[in-house]
Order: sequence, then C-alpha cells, then structure tokens
Amino acid sequence: MKQFLSFVRKEFYHVFRDKKTLLMLFGLPIALIVLFGFAVTNEIKNAKIVICDYAKDEATQQIINKLEASNQFKITKTIMSHTEIENAFKKENIKLAIIFPTNFNKDLLHLNKAQVQIIADASDPNTANTLTNYATAIIMDYQQELMKNNTIPLRIFSEIRMLYNPELKGATNFVPGIMALVLLLVCVLMTAVSIVREKETGTMEILLVSPISPFLVIISKAIPYFFLSLINLSVILILSVTLLEMPINGSLWLLIAESTLLIICALSLGLLISNNTQSQQSAMLISMMGMLVPTMLFTGFMFPIENMPVPLQIITNIVPSKWYYIIVKSIMIKGLGFSAIWKETLILFGTTCFLMFVSLKTFKNRLV
Amino acid sequence: MTSEVVIKTDKLTKRFGDFIATNEITFEVYAGEIFGFLGANGAGKTTAMKMLCGLSKPSSGNATIAGFDIYKQTEEIKKNIGYMSQKFSLYEDLTVIENIQFFGGIYGLSDKQLKAKSIELIETLGLQSEAKKLVASLPLGWKQKLAFSVAVIHEPKIVFLDEPTGGVDPIVRRQFWDLIYQASGRGITIFVTTHYMDEAEYCNRISMMVDGVIQALDTPDNLKKQFSANTMDEVFFELARGAKRKSD
Amino acid sequence: MRTLKFLLRKEFKQIFRNKALLPLIFVVPIVQLLILPLAADYEVKNINISIVDHDHSTYSQQLISKITASGYFQLADYGTSFNQAFQQIEKDKSDLILEIPKGFEKKLVRENSEKLFVAVNAINGVKAGLGGAYLNQIITEYNADIRLQWSQPDKFNTTSVINVTSTNWFNKFLNYRFFMVPGILVVLVTMVASYMSALNIVKEKEVGTIEQINVTPIKKYQFILGKLIPFWVIGMFIFSIGLFVVGRFVYGIVPVGSLFLLYGYLAIYLIALLGMSLLISTFAETQQQAMSIAFFFIMIFMLMGGLFTPIDSMPTWAYYIAKSIPVTYFIEVVRMIILKGSSFSDIKFHFVVMIGFAVLLNGLAIWNYKKTS
Repeated sequence: MKQFLSFVRKEFYHVFRDKKTLLMLFGLPIALIVLFGFAVTNEIKNAKIVICDYAKDEATQQIINKLEASNQFKITKTIMSHTEIENAFKKENIKLAIIFPTNFNKDLLHLNKAQVQIIADASDPNTANTLTNYATAIIMDYQQELMKNNTIPLRIFSEIRMLYNPELKGATNFVPGIMALVLLLVCVLMTAVSIVREKETGTMEILLVSPISPFLVIISKAIPYFFLSLINLSVILILSVTLLEMPINGSLWLLIAESTLLIICALSLGLLISNNTQSQQSAMLISMMGMLVPTMLFTGFMFPIENMPVPLQIITNIVPSKWYYIIVKSIMIKGLGFSAIWKETLILFGTTCFLMFVSLKTFKNRLV
Repeated sequence: MTSEVVIKTDKLTKRFGDFIATNEITFEVYAGEIFGFLGANGAGKTTAMKMLCGLSKPSSGNATIAGFDIYKQTEEIKKNIGYMSQKFSLYEDLTVIENIQFFGGIYGLSDKQLKAKSIELIETLGLQSEAKKLVASLPLGWKQKLAFSVAVIHEPKIVFLDEPTGGVDPIVRRQFWDLIYQASGRGITIFVTTHYMDEAEYCNRISMMVDGVIQALDTPDNLKKQFSANTMDEVFFELARGAKRKSD
Repeated sequence: MRTLKFLLRKEFKQIFRNKALLPLIFVVPIVQLLILPLAADYEVKNINISIVDHDHSTYSQQLISKITASGYFQLADYGTSFNQAFQQIEKDKSDLILEIPKGFEKKLVRENSEKLFVAVNAINGVKAGLGGAYLNQIITEYNADIRLQWSQPDKFNTTSVINVTSTNWFNKFLNYRFFMVPGILVVLVTMVASYMSALNIVKEKEVGTIEQINVTPIKKYQFILGKLIPFWVIGMFIFSIGLFVVGRFVYGIVPVGSLFLLYGYLAIYLIALLGMSLLISTFAETQQQAMSIAFFFIMIFMLMGGLFTPIDSMPTWAYYIAKSIPVTYFIEVVRMIILKGSSFSDIKFHFVVMIGFAVLLNGLAIWNYKKTS
C-alpha cells in the first residue's frame, strides 16, 4: 500500500508541476461555461435584413417599426431596387429581404388584400425558416391589430406554461452537456497521454520491473486526474449556479455520485486507448480528433438525437456522455431521484465495467 | 598534426545567473590533432562544447572556430564543423541511406558526390545488407559508427564528439577509434569528450576541466609524468578529487 | 533552397512512414465528414405530445386529429390524467402536454371563448419555443375552422388579409447538409493542420533532435518551412478530398462560385493557421503541453466560429471575440463561395483580414521562436 501511495504521490507531482497543461485543464471548463452560458445560443438574434419598400406608406412604416423593435432583426438598409438585393445577399451576408409592393396600404384598405414578399438566404435553412417565421408572425400581428375592431366569436386561448426553464435559457440545455463533454474528454485525453508518455520515454520499463503490480502503477496514473476532474466538476457546478443561475433541483450527492461514475468510465477509456497506442501523438490524435466532434454531437446537447438518422442514433448509445447528459438533466433540472435514472446509471456502470475488463485483458505486462 | 590553429579561445565564459559554468577558459587546438576534452560531470565540459559548436552564446570572452568568430560568424562555423552526441545523431525512422543523403545534402554535397559518398560509407562500414533498413533496427554500435561517418561526410575542419562511445562494447569502441584515426589522418581535427580514460590515451593532447576551469592541458605522457601516475585514471583522480562541484 | 528540398523530403518520409499517425490524419477527418453532417440538424421534427382530454367531445377529437395530422407532432400518450402525462415528460417520452378542460365544446359555444392548457418541457429552449409555436399555429387554424363552421362567410370579408409569400435563395431545397458540410470540413482541416504541425515541431524539441539541427548549417527559417510546408500540403489535400469526393459524391454539393477563389483563400488560411501552430509550439516544451494549448483553442474556435450557432446572436463582447478568430472568416467565406457564388469583390474584406492574420501570427511566431532558441 505504501508503495502504491508513493507512485500516486509521484503522479501528483507530474501533473501539478506542468503549469501550462494545468491551465488548460482548469481553464477550459471555465471558458466553456462562460461561452455556452452567455455567448453560444441557438436563438436567432440581430439577423441582418434589408427592406425594399416600394410603397413607403403608413402601413409599411408601422410594420417596419415593429421589425426594428424586435431583437431578432437588425435592419441594415432600406434599399429601393431589386438588383441591389442580390448584391446585399452576396456581399453583406444579409439573411432576409422583405419587399413591400408599391400600393401596399391602398390595396389593404380598398381591396382588403395585400402582398408582402420575403426572400430568405437559405444557406442556413434553419435560420431561413426561423427568420421567415418571425417576420411572418410580426406581419400577422399587424394584421391582427387591423382586425381588432371586429369582435370575433369563438376565440380559443392557449395558456402556455414552460416547464423547468420558464425563461427559455439556453444555458439550461447546454450546461449539462458541457459537464458531460469536459469530464469525458479531459479524463480520456490526459490519462491516455500520461500513460503512453511513460512508454515513449522508456520509463515504463522501470515501472514494470518494480515490485508493485504494473496494473496498480497504471491506476496511480489515473488518480490525480480523478481528483482534478472532481475539482472541475465543482467549478462547473459553482459557476453554473452562481453565474448562470442554474438550479440544482435534485440531490447534489446523487449528482456527484453519477459524475464520479462517468469520470471512472472516462479514465477506463483513456486506459484502453493507452494500451493500444505506442506514441503520445497517436494517443492525442485518437482522443482529440477522434473523439471531440463526435462527442459534441452524439451527446445530444447541440442537436437533438431524435433528428439523426437511425444508424447514428444507435451509435449514440455507446457514447457514455449521452447517458450522463440525460442523468444530469434529470437530477439538476427536473429534480428527479434515482428511480428515474436507474436505467441510464446501469448502462453507464456496465460500460465502465466493460471498458475496465477489456483494458485489463489487453494490458501488456511486458513491453512488446 | 600541424601548427595551424583551428580552435582558439580567449577567456571564454558562460554564466547562468550567479553560477559560472565555464570560467575564462583559454586554449588552442591544432589542425588534425585528436584533442580530448575531459572533466568530471558538472565540470563545465558540455557547456564549453556547446559554445564552441555555436549552440550557446558565451557570456564573455572570445573564440574562433576554424578561423570564424564565435559571435558574428556562427553560420560559417556550422558549415565547417561536424557534431555527434551520445543522445542522438540519426533519425531512427529513416533508413541508413536516407540519413546519409539527408545530412550529406544539408551540408552541401552535390547529387553526384552524395551518390559516391553513400556507396563509400556503406562499404567502409559493411552495412550493405542494412542500407535500406530503418536506423532504429541497427544495434547501438553500428548506429554510432554510422553517426560518426555521417558527421564527417562533408570533410569538416573539426568534428565535435560528445561521449560518442557510451554504452558500446570494447570491440566496437576500438573500431570507432579506427574511424577517428582515419578522419584525423585526413586532416580533420577531432574534439572529443569521454569518460573512458583508456580513450584519453589515444588523444594527442588532453585538457581537464575542474569546477569550470581548465586545470591541465598537455599530452597524456606529460600529464602522467607531471602527476607521477601510471595511468590516465590516476591523473584524473588527482585532478578531480579536489573538485568543489560534485556531480549529481 | 537545396537544403529545404532535403528537409522536406525527410519530413514527408517521416510522416508517411508513421503507420499509426497516417490513418488518423487522413482517414479520421474523412470519416467524420461522412458521419457528422448527418447528425447535425436543428430542424424540430417528431415532437412528442401527450394529450389529456377531459372533454371527449367532437371538438376535442377534431382538434386532436388536426394535431396528429399536422406532421409536426407524434402522439405519445392520450389519457385523462395530467399526472400521467407529466410522468411522460419526466421520462422524456413526451415533449409537451395539451390539456383540454372538461366542457370545452359547450363552454366555447355558449360563452364564446375558452382556454386550453399547454405545458412544455423547456429544457431545450429552442425546441420548446418552436414546439409551442407550432401548436399555437395549429390551434389558431383550428379556431378559424370552427368559426367558418358557425359564422357567415361575408362577416369576414371586411377583415384585411396580408398574404406573405416567401422564397428561398441559394439553397432551394433547404438542405441543411449544404450548410454544415463545408463548415465541418473547415473545422476538420483546421484541426489537422494546426494541431498536427504544432505537435510535430514540439516533438523534435522534446526528443532532442532539434539540437542536432541547430549545429548544422540549416537556417532557422528553413527548419520552420520544412516543418510547416508538409502540413500545408496535407491541409490542401484533405480539403480537396473532403470537398470533391465526399462533398460531391455523398452530399451532392457542387460549389457555385469560383474554385480558384476558394483555393486561394484556403492557401492563405492555412498559412495563417500554421503560423498559429508555430506560435503554440514556441510556448510548449512538451507534446502534452502543445496538445493542451491546441485543444483549448480548437474548442473555442469550434464554438465561436459560427459553425453551429450564428455569431450575430452573440452578445457584443462575444461577437468581437468571434471576429478575432481566423476560423470564423473562413467558415463564412466557404459558405459564401460554395452556396452563394460570391465573387472576389464580395469577399475582399475577408481576404484582407486573413492576410493580416497570416502576417501577424507568423510574425509573432518567428519573433518568439528566435527569442526562445
């Protein structure tokens, strides 16, 4: 036991003396929280649009005012000609052009019918749809106001209640995702590299001939990162609660317990990777290039998993962070207990055991 | 050995903060001689050598290598020297031939010269069957011999060898020194550091650094007479014993 | 010049001989390009709705049929207990609940107005917003349907109707892949070029072979070029495969604009990127450090570059950060040229900015490199 502790102590020295890496390990979660909490959002705001107003009458002015007032749109120009529109799309990256025909108000008053044309830059179909819908909604709003004078019978009102996240904050969706991402990636990356480094520099030989079981040596490498991840977890939670006003509606201890499970899972994966790579470069490449973008996408916090083609949905099932994401949302935001997430926990537990088993098997007691 | 001076230092000093690694060393090395640069670990040998190779800038003092100034003409110095260290010389993931071609090309050999040299080198070293194999697959001794040959591929004025025979068996060491003698015979000055005192005997002259200063500089025979010693081992003990700086 | 040729030959040999690295440099990006755009899709489809119907009237049935026929929603549950429906939400089996109160039909007809209750799982704010909006739209339409059944048509002729037509330019079929694939390609190329080259340089430092280079007549700039040029080439190559092989044959993307322009920009972008990786390498002594620093920056780039989320939506301070990242510009340019066919004059500003980046990053890198060696 004493020998094991001396290995652990050595590993702690390694990790904490490398200030630059440490900076990244702690800096990254903080940067991500800040970014996701405040900067990155799915909502469409300040979209640049142009108005082509041939009518320039009272009605168009009112509609334009409404558009200007909304924070989804930023009217960059009120241009006059059709030809300038294409240019605006190509050069200034406007997202929408709204065209009012010459006799807009007149038509509205006398014919009870008027046209508005919206042209959207569909390069980003999502933005195009959303903006078109917003603009149409605003125009419809104006139409509603015109109809105010008539008393309309048979009106159905819908009372909408937003559950869990009444302010529709983006952070609520993202923060559990960041937790999953950071804990998974950092652990895998760091553990894999740390172990492979010994192989590369040749000091692995020394460890293998030491009286302590080589497998315990490897475990000793994982331990500093285990504690580091717990610290990271605390930092993320504290920041989320204070800075982003995220709730922790469920049991904090359950949350920590589940997070510990994910950390161990990630460490096992790192171990597995290190068993099968010979150089730091490969370990880094697999962990970073091979895992970063897929983990981001398959955890399910950036894009809904239900939207993906079925084969991909199946793949997401083997990404541990996906299950963890569900668990965190359930505990933190929905305030549910273990009974609600026992299935996901079991899957995570099973994955961890599987990874540990395979790493044990493939761990080479000698250098090949 | 001629009387042409290829290395001349004048109070060459290197400081790291308050610590003076090399303290005003002054000496000369003649063309074609085999010059042994000895000293205990921590005495300042490696620091001195790095300055002479242009790897590190002196804190004060002057030196000329092959007639070029150590401060202002480092590019010319590099063209006229060769270097080989125990830690590394060749690229393990390139083949024997590829290493020869790379370093030869870097030192300005023309394609024709490269071709001729490659064949010559491989034959001299008996590496015909290994020529297309990765250097990583060669045993250490062959690597070192090859590394030396590559270091002098451009027939430089001086070649610096930093403990080149470490970890190598006595037969290979002997072969290695054969190569050194051949190079010396061609007029190349050999500046070598070593811990093997028998190798010290092979040198024309030796200098001993202790605590950053050169405590002795003479032929092996003269040194043995001076210190009433039978072997260079004893000379070394005499000089290094009083050293204040202990090695790790 | 000759020295450079020898250096490049050695570098390429070392890269291609590395059997472990090679697939990671070439295969992994391509595979990711094949899979990832399939996963990236913001459209809100398949919303699961639980309906709690206390009324069981003709009207409620009509409303429910309209909802399920709309194509937006899938009926997850139909019952009479709100708690049961709520459990569905807790289990993530359902995204929203519509509760139709008892006496809905009667009250609507007699008192001229009635309320419906909707509860939405708003953890994913965007999904909730859109789901709620769609439901509202259906309810409004249903409302209009009922009115038509009851009232005389001419009563409505006095209301004004604004007819909004919308057209979509540049991506007529609203194919989200067209938007994502070029962006993801940029990110993948960025990762390989910057990350790999930084590691490559630091490796020599760490292993010590850089000392051997330092005693030879190889000039510093030749050494740097020797390290960077291979990855410039590799970057160009991966981009080409990504665009022409994967992009065209798998996703059917055919660039509308000038390829010459695109490649010109790519070339400058890669130079800027490699300058950045050189800069990173001067700050790192070990590969692990280089990796950590590169990892940090690449994550920031991915999130702030406008790949998944629009930069216009960001608060001002974040917007300016996004605008000081090279990736942002290239992602924009790539989309502009491929989808909109923008010409040189349209992206003149982007060119200037990227050249600026290239000069700045490489300048800083070389200056710092000289200082630390």
